Amino acid sequence: MVRIGAFLVGLFFAGWLLVSFLVGAVAFVSEPPAKTVEHEFHRDPKHVSFSFDGPLGTFDKAQLQRGFQVYKEVCSACHSLKFVAFRDLQAIGYNEAEVKAIAKQWAIKTPDVDPKTGEMSTRDPVPADFFPKPFANNVAAAAANNNAIPPDLSLMAKARHHGSAYVYSLLTGFQNQPAELLKEFPDAKTPQGLHYNPYFPNLNLAMAPPLTADGQVTYGDGTKATVDQMAQDVAAFLTWTAEPKLENRRRAGLATIFFLLIATGLAYMAYQNIWADKKRAI
Amino acid sequence: MSFPWAEHYTPKHPVMQWIDEKLPLPRLVYNSIGAGYPVPRNLNYFWNFGVLAGLALVIQIVTGVIMAMHYGANTLVAFGTVEQTMRDVNAGWLMRYAHANGASFFFIVVYLHIFRGLFYGSYKAPREMVWLLGLVIFLLMMATAFMGYVLPWGQMSYWGAKVITGLFGAIPVVGEPIQTWLLGGFAPGNASLNRFFSLHFLLPFVIAGVVILHIWALHIPGSSNPTGVDVKGPQDTVPFHPYYTAKDGFGAGVFLILFAILLFFAPNYLGHPDNYIEANPLSTPAHIVPEWYFWPFYAILRAFTVDFFFVPAKLLGVLAMFASILLLFFLPWLDTSPVRSGNYRPTFRKFFWILIIDVLILGYCGGAPAEEPYVMISQVAAAYYFAHFLIILPLIARFEKPLPLPASITESVLNRTNIKGEQDALPGMGADPQPSNAG
Repeated sequence: MVRIGAFLVGLFFAGWLLVSFLVGAVAFVSEPPAKTVEHEFHRDPKHVSFSFDGPLGTFDKAQLQRGFQVYKEVCSACHSLKFVAFRDLQAIGYNEAEVKAIAKQWAIKTPDVDPKTGEMSTRDPVPADFFPKPFANNVAAAAANNNAIPPDLSLMAKARHHGSAYVYSLLTGFQNQPAELLKEFPDAKTPQGLHYNPYFPNLNLAMAPPLTADGQVTYGDGTKATVDQMAQDVAAFLTWTAEPKLENRRRAGLATIFFLLIATGLAYMAYQNIWADKKRAI
Repeated sequence: MSFPWAEHYTPKHPVMQWIDEKLPLPRLVYNSIGAGYPVPRNLNYFWNFGVLAGLALVIQIVTGVIMAMHYGANTLVAFGTVEQTMRDVNAGWLMRYAHANGASFFFIVVYLHIFRGLFYGSYKAPREMVWLLGLVIFLLMMATAFMGYVLPWGQMSYWGAKVITGLFGAIPVVGEPIQTWLLGGFAPGNASLNRFFSLHFLLPFVIAGVVILHIWALHIPGSSNPTGVDVKGPQDTVPFHPYYTAKDGFGAGVFLILFAILLFFAPNYLGHPDNYIEANPLSTPAHIVPEWYFWPFYAILRAFTVDFFFVPAKLLGVLAMFASILLLFFLPWLDTSPVRSGNYRPTFRKFFWILIIDVLILGYCGGAPAEEPYVMISQVAAAYYFAHFLIILPLIARFEKPLPLPASITESVLNRTNIKGEQDALPGMGADPQPSNAG
């Protein structure tokens, strides 16, 4: 009974799947799916190398500080960094006093309640505060940015495939729409107020090119601030904000695997030793 | 428990004697996973995965309980508390990555454990109950993993919850009320997150309970073995401890090394980047995909694209997806071949490997976007999946001519050492086929 029932159920499912396959195959052959402009013109992130690449790479603190400077002077006008606190900056090489000064002088103030009147007000951030958001809420953010809300950047490097390279490619990827694109897809002209960028999934994004000229920021360590350099530095900085424990993790990993290799080796020898009399026939 | 020659627990220390009289717990442990459990002497490394699955469950419970101490099950804060755990809790990143990757490793070892059972016929009499309870554990694991993936409240959490509960919406008439009831609302929200957290905390302990039943049921007939031949006498077995505890200790070491490599050096490799974006009901991700361990079933779900008269394709997909797991409950009665081990079943063995490739293809298609050619490939692969279990296996059992079995486990072990040349040949024992360790 079970086997007859199973046979019929199997015949139904397998048969109907094959019917679905035939229907799909006929449709596929008679009417191949139309090419999309995203499919044809979207590009994977550029190849770019960072100090933290590979399983044992570490952060370059000077680069993280330069990237922080780019975030501070360029990105922070629109993009929040809500999961990072000023105190975290000690991990990229600033000392306590410097962190205090950075927080105090931060252009955006931290919302708070006035301790005397109880009314909403703002105050200078302190190291324990998270980076204040540039807009009071999403409505304000959308209103100020042509209806697009600038995303939080804390986790950007983990929230995209090949995040570090993606950030770098996006920042350096703004360009005019290629002529062959408009020839092939006349309807795909970048709409007014958007900007063409082949590294963005749907090719047109609301953000205007943020890094436009060499020397847009002046690095304290004398590094020449080319657009390419700034893009790399801020990509590295955002990799750190997304994964601040990366170095601890890799160090702990090495120690753990070293320990496990020894323990497993001993376990193997114990196993061989205990089985020595059973491996041969009795 | 199982064989008359099993060693008996005789506590020497007066304290242990005192405990054993009042509560024979040491005796239970001794008989379950100690020297009191005789196990076939010829088990290969594929028999390590049961213990490894138990280890994975323990890792999940320990890391999960610690994660729960820092988690807030509220849609306003859930994403943030997980990030807080990653950044500001001592070793919080370790707990979180261990828990996320631990789930993947749990499924890896359980899938290997299941395929071991499929190849060596471990589901056949007298071990049907072991198989059935194992499937119950598998279903509970899937439910637990699904709800756990919702908790970080990222984009894939939200949209995954929406798609999976939407499956129930495909059921005619009662579907939508059921979906609303499951979610506690019309879309995933705070009520859903809270109940998923509650159940995600509860179910692992239910799993632990069924694991005890699974082991209990196993100890009635005793473990199977690569030849599939029954244990004939004391010469066929060794005590679980120290022989298999030692072997499992080595297996656990290898498991932990592989786990550590992924956990410490590629912790996000198996995850989806979209889950680092906070859930946003107004923005649908380009491709909604579940975690990798659901991909084969997800491919089956999406393979149905044509309505069957008045039955919509979506409902067919849902039925097929549930059927693809539930049919495994009938396996002991579908495969009627008296020979257990695939090593002695030449036809079965070929189809077994086709099934493995088929499931891998289904997995690949389930992770790919729902467009051609992946849909067509998964339609053929899903058709084979159903045909394999429901049509081909019963037919093989009827027509296959199995190879001659060894007379006993000991004989097969002798034979193996023979061919390695470590032992002089015993007359008349060379003709039996070599059990390969494939499987």
